[in-house]
Formats: sequence, structure tokens, C-alpha cells
Amino acid sequence: MSHILEKATGDHDVEVGGVHSIDPRVRVIVMVAFAVVVVSLSKFTVLGVALVLALLIALSFHLPLARTARRVATMDAFIIFMLFMLPFTVPGEEMFRIGSLIASWEGLWQALEIAIKANAIILALLALVGSMEATTLGYALRRLCVPEKLVQLLFFTVRYIEVLGQEYQRLRSAMRARAFKQRNSLHTWRSVGYLLGMLLVRSLERSERILGAMKCRGYTGRLYALDTLSLRHADIVFAGASATTLMILLWMQYA
Amino acid sequence: MTEPYFDLRGIGFAYEPDWPVLRDVSFSLEPHERVALTGENGAGKTTLLHIMIGLLKQQAGEVVAFGSNRRDEKDFWDVRTRAGLLFQDPDDQLFCPTVAEDVAFGPLNLGKGRAEAHEIVRDTLASLGLSGFEERITHKLSGGEKRLVTLATVLAMDPQVLLLDEPTNALDEKARDRLTQILASLPQAMVIVSHDRAFRDILKTREFNLQNGQAKRS
Repeated sequence: MSHILEKATGDHDVEVGGVHSIDPRVRVIVMVAFAVVVVSLSKFTVLGVALVLALLIALSFHLPLARTARRVATMDAFIIFMLFMLPFTVPGEEMFRIGSLIASWEGLWQALEIAIKANAIILALLALVGSMEATTLGYALRRLCVPEKLVQLLFFTVRYIEVLGQEYQRLRSAMRARAFKQRNSLHTWRSVGYLLGMLLVRSLERSERILGAMKCRGYTGRLYALDTLSLRHADIVFAGASATTLMILLWMQYA
Repeated sequence: MTEPYFDLRGIGFAYEPDWPVLRDVSFSLEPHERVALTGENGAGKTTLLHIMIGLLKQQAGEVVAFGSNRRDEKDFWDVRTRAGLLFQDPDDQLFCPTVAEDVAFGPLNLGKGRAEAHEIVRDTLASLGLSGFEERITHKLSGGEKRLVTLATVLAMDPQVLLLDEPTNALDEKARDRLTQILASLPQAMVIVSHDRAFRDILKTREFNLQNGQAKRS
């Protein structure tokens, strides 16, 4: 059993102390403000400053290099096609042409602008929000008046995604034990469909059992936090410094 | 001389490097043997069964099954067609909506046609006294019924060996007796993991005990 427990709890990069002890609410607010400001920027020098800022934040939060790079690359994979398409779809001064397709400089700049914004925001997000426990994030979101239902969805996802993963793995093992091989055949597709369907049914039943067990212990639709959050001096300093920095970014862009 | 169905040599396995579950376990299963595998919780009984059919990969030693050394997934596919594992929790095994589909799953994996698979389903269910169960919904069966249906899903593949992981878990007396009777009448060689002494004593031809990661004949 212990390997299961290890898997459930061992795979995260939560640190304590230093910047990591900054109040989660402050971190979420700063993150949102940073994202809004960066999206509104358009000068490349200012965008460059924002990207450097994001890198600095990531460094100060000691993000593990390899994992962070992998996550950023995952996000980039989502937008890469759009970035390649933009030069060809935005009209403007010709950069080069392939057959009748004309690539424009304006499109290239737009693509670059989006790429920088997206990477700056994702880096800051991974550092400010990604480095906290998911449950901490949940409590912070609730304090920030995010609807209770959404917060609970987050909590239960965090708690049970691993359980579901294991249920899936056990069913997969049982299928392999009966000589199942994945092919491109109707039998394979039907079997995988059954597997997913059964997983859905089991999850639904499990959720009902969990709800029953929760009700037995007096659950009425609200989860109570064990920890108490309180703003400390350092949090206010961090918030103030962040606000000032964001104002400077806006001033550089619009002044 | 007949060669053993399974010949495990010096098997070592650890989920966590510092806590080996199995170290240097050697064990063989001859045709017509019904070996009871005993040991405390966490002694590695289930782990050993899973290693035998390649669901887990041992970190030391070799698995020789049906006369050849088995190393990769392809080798073990062949082993799984000849050795059927009954999982500890029947719910882990039944994943199709109806009993008939679940029992047919194995034969279809072996390349049987649909008509033949249907025939196998009917015969297998009948042999276990489950005629008429074809269209029942798997996850609505009772505990005892689930157990027998999982046995049907394994027997439908006509294995030479049955690996039974706590088959009597959570069965009532009647269901347990029925299962015991059925198993005693089957020709397959078996490895039986069970904490139920009476059940073991009826079926076993010899007993094997796992202790501190090693196998001891008892």
C-alpha cells in the first residue's frame, strides 16, 4: 500500500518559508493583476520587461527548471499553430511568400507579442500559484469570494483524481491479464469504451458513498477551513511592491 | 518428464527501494498441483501473482513460464492466455456492462469469432450454474455472483493455470461452499492465496509460505 500513498502525496513541489510563506490570497490577487496588466501591454520593450519580471519571480520561487520548462512547453504547444498561422492571416507589409500565401510583418509581430505575453503569464502563474498546495489555493479562492461550488470541485478533484487514476490502472491490469492488446479494431474501441463507461459509473457511485459518509458527519454543503489566514507585514510589503511594479509597467506603456 | 508450468527463480521486488517485499523467492508449479500460498498481510502474495503474469516486473530473478523465460510484454501476453488471474476485488475485473460481454472479452482477445465467443459464454456460464446470467448488469450483481462471474471470465479463456487471489474474500458461507466445490472439480493447476484455512485445506496439494520476502515450504 505504501507505494500508493507515496504516489498520492509525493509528487508536488510545495516549499515553505521565504517567498513561499506569502499569503496565498495576496499571491492570487497579484497573479491576476499581473495577467491583466501584461495582456494590456503592446510595446515590445515593456513586454520584454514583463517577461524578465516573470523570470525573476520564477527564480525567486525556486521553480525546478526541468519541470517548469516542460509545463511551459505544454502551454506553448497549445498556441504554436496559431503563432504559425498569424503571419499568414494578418494583412500587412509582405515579409515573404509561399506560393500565393503572403506572410506579413504585422502578423509576425502579433504572434511574437502573444507568445511573450503567454509565457510571461504562465511563468508567473507557475511561481505564484502553482507552487502552493492545491488545498491552500482552494481556501484562498474561497476567502476571495469565489463560489463555494467551484472551490469544492477543486478540493474533490485534488483528493480523488489519484483514486480514479488507480481504479483505471486496476481495470487496465485486469484487461491485460485477460490478454487484451490495443489494436485499431472494433473490439478494442468497444472495450476501451466500456472501461471509460465503467469508470464513470464507479465514480458516480463512489461520489454518492462519499457524500453519504460526509452527511453522516454533519456535512451541510460547506467545508470549513482548518487553517486561518492572516495578513502579515511581509504580505503587505509584497503586495505594495507588486502594485508599484505593475504601475511602472503601465506607465512605461502608456506615458 | 513434464516440465513445470511456472518456475520462478530468485525473484526480488520492491515498491520502495528500502523495503523489499520479495527477495530471492523461488517457486515452481507443476501440472495438477494446487499450491496454497500463505503469508501475512503485505508479505507479497499478490505481488508474486502479478509478477507471474507480468503485470509487475521483478527487479531480480527470472520468470520461466510454460517452458520459456519470459521477459517482455509480448512474452507475457502468451503467459496470460494460459494462466488466468482472479483478482482480489471482483470489481477490478468486471468492466463491461453485461455478464455476457465481460465473459466474451477474453475469448475475443484470443481471436475467437463472435459466434464462437457466444458459445463459450453460454457453456462457461452453464458449467458454473450461471445460466441465464448473460444479460445481467455486472455491477449490480451480488458479491457471490460477482465472484463466480469473474471465475467465468477467466475460465472462458480455457487456461491451464488459475491464480486465485483471495477468492473467498467477503463471500458468505453458502457462496464460499459453492466456490470451493467448483474449484475442487476443476482440472487446472492452481496457486491459491487465501487466509481462509478451511478453504485452503480442502483444495491444496501443498502449501508455500512467504515470510520476510522469502518462500518457505511449510
